Amino acid sequence: MSAVIETVELTKTFGTKTVVDNLSFQVGRGEVLGFLGPNGAGKSTTMKMITGFLTPSSGTAIVEGFDVARDPIAVKTAIGYLPEGAPAYPDMTARGFLGFVAGIRGFDGAERRKRVDAAMAMTELAEVAEQPIDTLSKGFKRRVGLAQALLHNPPVLILDEPTDGLDPNQKFGVRKLITEMAAEKSIIISTHILEEVDAVCSRAMIIAGGKILVDGTPTELAARSCKGSLDEVFREVTGNA
Amino acid sequence: MRNIGLIFRRELAAYFATPLAYIFIIIFLVLAGTLTFFVGSFMERDQADLQAFFSFHPWLYLFLVPALSMRLWAEERRTGSIELLLTMPITMTQAVLGKYLAAWVFTGIALALTAPIWLTVNYLGDPDNGVIVASYVASFLMAGAFMAIGSMISASTKNQVIAFVLTTTICFVLTLAGSPIVIEFFANWAPPMLIELVNGLGFLSHFQAIQRGVIDFRDFIYFASIIGLALYANALILDLEKAA
Repeated sequence: MSAVIETVELTKTFGTKTVVDNLSFQVGRGEVLGFLGPNGAGKSTTMKMITGFLTPSSGTAIVEGFDVARDPIAVKTAIGYLPEGAPAYPDMTARGFLGFVAGIRGFDGAERRKRVDAAMAMTELAEVAEQPIDTLSKGFKRRVGLAQALLHNPPVLILDEPTDGLDPNQKFGVRKLITEMAAEKSIIISTHILEEVDAVCSRAMIIAGGKILVDGTPTELAARSCKGSLDEVFREVTGNA
Repeated sequence: MRNIGLIFRRELAAYFATPLAYIFIIIFLVLAGTLTFFVGSFMERDQADLQAFFSFHPWLYLFLVPALSMRLWAEERRTGSIELLLTMPITMTQAVLGKYLAAWVFTGIALALTAPIWLTVNYLGDPDNGVIVASYVASFLMAGAFMAIGSMISASTKNQVIAFVLTTTICFVLTLAGSPIVIEFFANWAPPMLIELVNGLGFLSHFQAIQRGVIDFRDFIYFASIIGLALYANALILDLEKAA
């Protein structure tokens, strides 16, 4: 299995604080990697570096063979990214916003409309298509962010807390969507919800203090605890980190 | 070019999606008109020119342009949309230019809407329309220079009030740099070269030069360099923040 996403000794320091510490890992096609870890563990910072929003202090990330430092546009083209908090342009309507993103992603005319419609159908946005994003509920805003990330059918998806703020039905919907896409993509999601790892991830990584503490399949991880639950492992490995 | 165009259109539409655009344009037109007729004594001067109109533009821009520019990057940072924009497959230059051009063209729209005063002066008398065209160009260039500085400042802070105050201050200093007050301040002690430099830096002297209808290439170079330098610094600041 060749790596689609690879981080090479990825490091980020803010002042004297090391947020991501020499992180090296690989994600192959068909893999869904779940980032777990307490707040401030470096999950979002790692994602921001892979997507080219932050420049690493040292090390680099390689996506589909392109180095994010040398070829950021190629990396950004290959990635669909849902940033933390699902930001968007609040004054735009959901359709207008997705149309803008589709334009930037290189789609025009009928193809652009088709892409926008397809992304809205996947994330069930049709009923709020003409509403300003400002006026949408948290769940819809998150789905607009998701639609924006899926629109160009990218080989790589990086989703920072994709189900945060969704109700149980919506969570189920998003997880189903991720599972359906998993086979032909490489996906990294970050989450606080451990059951989500069980539900969608083929591999889980617990990070704290910018370091990988545990890396394995959800079952392997759970087996490490005497009680056999992910919750237990999470508390055990991050409790004193 | 395509990406600049897309960002430009999105930004320009965003102005008109909120009351911001309309309030800005109305205030600009009302102030420009009031200053021209009441403070500038347009009628009493009894001259067929728009001197009274254009002479107030630097002072109008001084607080109206920062009001527009302050949100350019600070707002993206506040809402987090900057993360979305800068992880799209676009270059930093495209992002900076697209946003800047939209803001500049928006001030151009406000400026173009003052055309009735041009028609009025043509109706009342026989003005030198060449001078008026040059004055419009000068006014637009100056707005562009203010806007570029404002965009740069906006990139360096999340706080829009700080962006506004800093931009106004910097533009105020630059506007006055060539004025008699500042030159006199330097006259007594500074070497002539420094005085010449300070004089050359002033918005006002370049604005007035073009406004007189004397199209000197150097005045264009001046405004173009201010805009170019400020936008270059703008992109640099954003790059530095990524690495911070």
